Amino acid sequence: MNHLLELEGVSKRFGGVQAVDSVDFWADPGEIVGVIGPNGAGKTTLFNIVTGFYAPDAGKIHFDGHNLVGLKPNQITRVGVSRTFQAVRLFGAMTVLENAMVGQHTRTKAGVYGALLNTPRTVREEQKVHASAIDSLAFFGDRLTPRINSLASELAYADRRRLEIARAMATEPQLLLLDEPAAGMNPSEKEGLIELIGRLRDVKGYAIVLIEHDMPVIKGVSDRVVALDYGKKIADGTYDEVAANQQVIEAYLGKAGSEEQE
Amino acid sequence: MTAPAPAPTPTEQSSRRLRFERIPMRRIILIVLSLSIIYGVVAGSTATLRTGVFTAEDWQSLIINGLARGSVYALIAIGYTLVYGILFMINFAHGEVFMSGVYTAYFVAVAFAGNGFLNSNPLIAIAILLLVSMAVSVFVAVILERLAYRPLRGAPRLVPLITAIGASFFLQYTFRGLYGANVRAYPNIEILQGKWTIFGIQMLKTQAIVIVAAMLLWVLLYLFVARTKTGRSMRAVGEDREIASLMGINVDRTIVATFAIGGALAGAAGILYVFLFNQVIFTMGFLPGIKAFTAAVLGGIGSITGAALGGLLLGILEAVGPNLFLTGANVPSPNQLQPVIAFGILVLVLIFLPGGFVGASEEKRA
Repeated sequence: MNHLLELEGVSKRFGGVQAVDSVDFWADPGEIVGVIGPNGAGKTTLFNIVTGFYAPDAGKIHFDGHNLVGLKPNQITRVGVSRTFQAVRLFGAMTVLENAMVGQHTRTKAGVYGALLNTPRTVREEQKVHASAIDSLAFFGDRLTPRINSLASELAYADRRRLEIARAMATEPQLLLLDEPAAGMNPSEKEGLIELIGRLRDVKGYAIVLIEHDMPVIKGVSDRVVALDYGKKIADGTYDEVAANQQVIEAYLGKAGSEEQE
Repeated sequence: MTAPAPAPTPTEQSSRRLRFERIPMRRIILIVLSLSIIYGVVAGSTATLRTGVFTAEDWQSLIINGLARGSVYALIAIGYTLVYGILFMINFAHGEVFMSGVYTAYFVAVAFAGNGFLNSNPLIAIAILLLVSMAVSVFVAVILERLAYRPLRGAPRLVPLITAIGASFFLQYTFRGLYGANVRAYPNIEILQGKWTIFGIQMLKTQAIVIVAAMLLWVLLYLFVARTKTGRSMRAVGEDREIASLMGINVDRTIVATFAIGGALAGAAGILYVFLFNQVIFTMGFLPGIKAFTAAVLGGIGSITGAALGGLLLGILEAVGPNLFLTGANVPSPNQLQPVIAFGILVLVLIFLPGGFVGASEEKRA
């Protein structure tokens, strides 16, 4: 029981749809887990449950010794889980730098009074926040650093995805949840993404769970792959094991198409 | 009057034709409306200027008067704009937040006047009055959020709006019960009496102080929203509450801070208001509140810069407008008609410039 994140029998129902059906899931420190499955398989719902947007109907969620069930999203961020979104959700009216600084909120203490009175502690803290935001942005080479004073809404699409990751990094997580980070990227950007995700683990030491439809990306980064279908976990293992799994092939291609699989 | 529309017939064809006719008709009405307003303003103004009733100095002092009252509107307007920027609701009880502080400070002022402190140590006395007024307004604003608005956070937009109007009357009559129904004259502060000449323009000391103080507060607020951690969280919550929460921002606390800041500025605006008008009554929040709302819409609700510019512009139009537009048209006592100008502007802005002239999308939204 020394998994970093552990879900036991987690279920979530929306009306008549069993979106997540007693799923067991775990991620270990420094591990990269790919989550695959057809659309509507419950992947994003799983992320929403872990990050506190939805309360699970049943099941337990433990992270680093904390019980996550019932915590608010900001509290879950505080214990060390951060995420990005399938559709990028940046603060478009804020600058690139401010977006990265907002990520630090959970790691700072100064409140309204400190800000009003501009106490030395607040000033120090702001300097620290600023420095660490610059640091997160620098992780992306020359993609974000030259644009720190542009509005986030003015960035190119791939850069917006990068900024979303930078903002998540600023919360100083132990676990990073990436929801379709390769969506809308061209092949060379995907190459860069694979390299980046590896670097996030190696340099920052994050455990990473990523939802992705792009199989080369999944293959390129995952230590372990979990497949979901209709809310149920249907496979869990190395990429090759999961790719060879009959149920997974059927889920993706239907029964008839299963012979065509590589 | 416009030509009567042809009687609708049940056939589909004619109803489609009717819809086509409606669009140009609306535009024609708008053009006629704007032309007649422009004609009225130009004709009234030239007639007034031709009579020569007002000297250049009169106009100067009217503009200063407008700037001073506009500064007060601007400070109140910031409260509307901040709350709108973060919750997308109009806090119609904000005028009462403004009233509560300055009316409470009135009793302190009377006590100070009684023991002579008000005029022996005027600066300290004013500072205390300011603090009392701001503290009470902050308190009322925060309680209002906690009791009236927070339980309705998920309700349809119309619900908090109606609640705000209810809260406005609730507060008015609560303070009527607490403080009485009379108009009360604020004690005179001697050092504020008299005039200064600044850049060759004569103005009342109070007017100069009000304009400068409001500008200072506006700059402080702007820096606060642009530069501080709380300001950043306010903008973040305004833009995407879910993500803000995910980033570790305490959304409830940020909303409380927004109400508190709006309240503090309204409390300060209250003291500046009595510098200009010298009296308090439990209904005093109503008109300045609605006018400040007009100013916020005029500038583009959600924008802090818009609130400031809208306030100043409205103040000037209100002070200059009736005299300039109406005197020449032989309207008796035009200054009685200031609210006509103010709310006429509200209607015109809503028709012609619904985003206000700064525009809510652009600029630092709070």
